Amino acid sequence: MDDVKSGEVIEEPATARPRLTVREEIVGYMQRNPTLPWGLWILVGLLLFSLFARLYVEDVEHYRPLSAGAFLSPSGEYPLGTDSHGRDLLAVNGLGVLNTLMLGLLAGLIGVGVATVLAFMAAYYGGWLDAVVRLVVDVGLTIPSLLIMVLIAIAVQGIDLWMMALVISSTSWLWPTRTIRSQVLTLKERAYVEVARLSGMRGIEIILKELVPNLLPFIIASLVTTTASAILASIGLEALGLGPPDDPTLGMTIHRVITYGGVIMGSWWWWLAPTILITLVFIALYLINLGTDELANPTLRRTA
Amino acid sequence: MTTAKYLVRRFTFLVLVVWSAATINFFLPRMSGRDPVRARLAAQAMKGVSIGKGIDKIVETYDKKFGLDVPLTQQYINYLGDLTRFDLGPSFSRYPMTVSQLIGATLPWTLGLLLTSTVFSFVFGSIFGALVAWPSTPDWVRSISPMFFAFSAIPYYLLGLFLLYFFAYTLKWFPGAGGYQLGTIPEPSLEFAIDVLKHSLLPAFSIILSSLGFWAIGMRGTMIMVEGLDYMTLAEAKGLKGRTILWKYGLRNALLPQITSFALSLGFVVSGAVLVEIVFAYPGIGLLLFNSIKQTDFPVIQGIVLTLIGAIATATLIIDVGLPFLDPRISRGDN
Repeated sequence: MDDVKSGEVIEEPATARPRLTVREEIVGYMQRNPTLPWGLWILVGLLLFSLFARLYVEDVEHYRPLSAGAFLSPSGEYPLGTDSHGRDLLAVNGLGVLNTLMLGLLAGLIGVGVATVLAFMAAYYGGWLDAVVRLVVDVGLTIPSLLIMVLIAIAVQGIDLWMMALVISSTSWLWPTRTIRSQVLTLKERAYVEVARLSGMRGIEIILKELVPNLLPFIIASLVTTTASAILASIGLEALGLGPPDDPTLGMTIHRVITYGGVIMGSWWWWLAPTILITLVFIALYLINLGTDELANPTLRRTA
Repeated sequence: MTTAKYLVRRFTFLVLVVWSAATINFFLPRMSGRDPVRARLAAQAMKGVSIGKGIDKIVETYDKKFGLDVPLTQQYINYLGDLTRFDLGPSFSRYPMTVSQLIGATLPWTLGLLLTSTVFSFVFGSIFGALVAWPSTPDWVRSISPMFFAFSAIPYYLLGLFLLYFFAYTLKWFPGAGGYQLGTIPEPSLEFAIDVLKHSLLPAFSIILSSLGFWAIGMRGTMIMVEGLDYMTLAEAKGLKGRTILWKYGLRNALLPQITSFALSLGFVVSGAVLVEIVFAYPGIGLLLFNSIKQTDFPVIQGIVLTLIGAIATATLIIDVGLPFLDPRISRGDN
């Protein structure tokens, strides 16, 4: 166990560190990893935009077609203009950014939840269960997830936001299962797990009391990456036309721009706002991901 | 493990991947209780299309093919048998064209676009990444690097929207849609080739712009690692020219991990290209998928998904098997 590979969780030496309050701990972490607060601020900005949109439009229902004239360029009444079917695009984008984030987070939570259970069972108990999980993950990761989701989405009738999150979860558990499993494998050989086993703890107790708490930072970090790829997947599916037709999301807006030739007709406001919002979502999640690297791998901790 | 054993194992894995995809393909629609033939008929009826002889024939064909008189296991075996002959059945929306014909007509477009733009961005991205990591590179090269790294954070198709607006709508330098001028008949002439090239440039450019950074980041990382190795110091001590060291000692060795990451990102590259085609209405397999989804043409959708999965799995296999020949350091676990 002497050489520590990158990506492996190691224990902090118990002696060297002074005890810090939770608040000091968090502030210190943010200072060491400035990309984390940056990413969080962008997310807050996106939520504020959504709140602003909600307060500005007189009726939230204006995300529906025929709420206004078609192809209106931005004005005081419609700051982001309207689309080919007379949707107020401020209402669409305001709700859309919220829906897209929620969709991603939900699919991320389901994915990481399933992954955690499977990874712990597979890695701790090993045997045929581990072999099956490994094979399914290996096969699943060879196939582009967008294509699997296309197959599932066309089999589902009347897709809405919840169904969409389930469709994306069907593949979002694969990658975290692989990474969490390998983490559990390295952890379960540690001395303290051995001690727990010798002192008569049962398997499930060791998993819940010894392994899960130690891997919690890693699991949180993989939630960020899983959410980011879930959002990417949702926008891809929606652009293809497999999204929820009645719910405003950023991807559905892109889909309508493509279907009704919004770019080539010169309605720049139609595609520019969702494109910027999607890009901001990815930048925020990317920064948060960079910022949580230390959580997943404390060896990265700088001694400055 | 011997090479033969390795090949057998890898090939078994390939078959397993394609078989799993085919099985999902077969059972999912049956589990959901959504009858594709009926869904298609309903969609047609809603559009006010009279359901004519063609549709009746499709229903008949499908009843015979997946017939309820045959038990499910038999249907499944027949389906797998058809797949091995690339028989994916007829299309719903473009009957009597078969799915294989439709895919065959669009695949060359996708392959042409994807191959050229991927090779281009791989080569130039890798060289760019190596230059960024090389100490004696002029500063201006390094100063444009953040731009490409930023582009790589934006999905291909969103960048495509920008390019479409500026170069096709505002500046009118390039056509905004299609693979060739409407009204022309595809023929092997120079004029037609130039027309196709003009139509492919914007979609290719959006793939290149956003994937250049991806290859550059990977290459930069390996280059920095390679620069620290002993043989680089030795090459310098021997008094070799900087350019020789960069190209023959550094770049060649750092390129190999790039090929591995290429194999790993193949699926990502393909799904990105599918979406780019939609933005530019480029007549490849992605646009066919988009239109088939719009027309609820289930056999075509499933055929495309299976074809792409098969192609990606095969390409990954070829890279995996070929890599040890390129790089003797990679062993297949022979002991």
